[in-house]
Amino acid sequence: MAEILGAEVDEEGFLINISDWNEDIAIAMANEDDIELSTEHWEVINFLREYFDEYKFAPAVRVLTKSIAKRLGNDKGNSRYLYSLFPYGPAKQGCRFAGLPKPTGCV
Amino acid sequence: MSDIKVEKLKTYIETPLIEIDSMKGVGPFKANKETQEELGFPGEKIDNWKEVAINKIADTVSKYRSVQVFLDICVKCGACTDKCHYYLGTSDPKNMPVARQDLFRSVYRRYFTFSGKYFPKLVGAKDLDDEMLDDWYNYFHQCSQCRRCSVFCPYGIDTAEISMAAREVMNSIGVGQKYSNQILGKVKKIGNNLGMPEPAFKDTLLDLEEEIEQETGVAIRIPIDKKDVEVLLVAPSADFFAEPHIDGFIGYAKVFHQSGVSWTLSSYASEAANFGMFIGSYEVMRQGALRIRKAAIDLGVSRVIVGECGHAWRVAYSFWNTLSGLGGGAGDEYALQLQKQLDKRYPQPQHIIEFTYDLIQQGKLVFDKSRNDHRVVTFHDSCNIARGSNMGDIENGQFILPREVIKAACSNFVDMPIETIKISTFCCGGGGGLLTDDLIELRVKGALPRMQALKQAEESDAVNTMAALCAICKSQFSKVLPYYEFDPYMVVSVHQLVGEAIILDKEPKSKN
Repeated sequence: MAEILGAEVDEEGFLINISDWNEDIAIAMANEDDIELSTEHWEVINFLREYFDEYKFAPAVRVLTKSIAKRLGNDKGNSRYLYSLFPYGPAKQGCRFAGLPKPTGCV
Repeated sequence: MSDIKVEKLKTYIETPLIEIDSMKGVGPFKANKETQEELGFPGEKIDNWKEVAINKIADTVSKYRSVQVFLDICVKCGACTDKCHYYLGTSDPKNMPVARQDLFRSVYRRYFTFSGKYFPKLVGAKDLDDEMLDDWYNYFHQCSQCRRCSVFCPYGIDTAEISMAAREVMNSIGVGQKYSNQILGKVKKIGNNLGMPEPAFKDTLLDLEEEIEQETGVAIRIPIDKKDVEVLLVAPSADFFAEPHIDGFIGYAKVFHQSGVSWTLSSYASEAANFGMFIGSYEVMRQGALRIRKAAIDLGVSRVIVGECGHAWRVAYSFWNTLSGLGGGAGDEYALQLQKQLDKRYPQPQHIIEFTYDLIQQGKLVFDKSRNDHRVVTFHDSCNIARGSNMGDIENGQFILPREVIKAACSNFVDMPIETIKISTFCCGGGGGLLTDDLIELRVKGALPRMQALKQAEESDAVNTMAALCAICKSQFSKVLPYYEFDPYMVVSVHQLVGEAIILDKEPKSKN
């Protein structure tokens, strides 16, 4: 089983145990993808984690974009902006950095 | 975007020279023990796998006589060789449908025919060994079960049936695919492919109601678990979660609002998709269908309508009748109860396109087409709808109705080249349980024929929008379009176009 900073990850790089997450893991995962985490990245990651805490599930894309619009301004509350932060997709790459399970299905 | 070699896009399809073993590999990630056992399959590859697999093949060919016929009658004429998008995109000769099927056929011949048992080399019969099993796993996950090759087969051999049977045999020995089986486990436990629990489902849709009201000034409701309404809408869960799907879902809600027909979603059966078909498991497919039947009975609805999901419509249209009695067929107690409950004046089940089309015919929907005037729209026929279903109960209705709905909402519509649409449509490249990141190279390459046709439509008619009727197609295109230098946002739901052009009344119409 692969590891990142001592935490187990699955074959797609998602944490096995959500409770293993910490900020250093997010930074290390981002570095592996050649991304330096900015304040905007952290806003998204923090929202994903807060939502997951409440619902045990990642937010739908529209829920995420609306929340980011509130936090970062209307011009940033859209999926084009989120894709500029997370080129592999806010749902998949964002969830991975945030330590959440990978969203499955036809998405 | 990962480094997948994509050549400059041409506007026509060329049959490539073969590149032997160009897609040889270990296939997509395998399901773990927990995922396999959840579906009633062995947790891992069992010790006596060969014996069990051969027994399973015997069982499969006796239960599904079609499979046996398809295994027996191929004459290797080669008509299918250049019809598969995965062969056209990858050049691997094992992706010629005849060669992919022969992985199964050669094993069948070895153990189930006289000549194969005694003179295997003479008739191309092969042992089922580890190497063969690896090839099965790899190449039967390079078939999206789109059935385009079957259209061109002079014997009508249905390749998808063989791919399904192969996956069923592999699951029976504990070799399953992570992506499909994990999803099926979530449907079983939670009720949808996403694994979206009820509170998240409800709050997401509540949020969406607010958003629609803010945007349109009209209070459009999205009812959940409402009893004794007319329609149960079963949509693919991607419609609640992903883009561009969500705008199609908003389109359905607007159509229901204008129709005055009462409707509801179910939090218990919050999924139209049924990956049970992809893995060839009648039992797993039936479990999915029964969830929907239970929801329909519990909610007391008189109609069941299916949203924009390609294979869901094939399962609903072609299989629900015998799987669950939704549409007549099954004769158990609950099936009979449901049949009494359903309104016989309407098709059961019905597709959302049929519902919208009927309202348009009756003059109940009014459109401002100019809202879509910035678009030149083309339509991607999804394989399972095109080759596995019908709409409107008229010949070729599954091709006519979606186009008529689009034309009612848009002024500019053009089709892609005829050999790439309707009955000859090319798969998006991500169907059949292959819409997973670990198969991204296959998905990008398999999209090639559709991308070439789109390029031609772009050059000849300035097409800038491609509408689709399937959650998989929409996600797949959003992902692969940039590899071919198209805008990923050019793919939309048919009901997004409807939703953008529809003129809304402030208050819902009363019925009739």
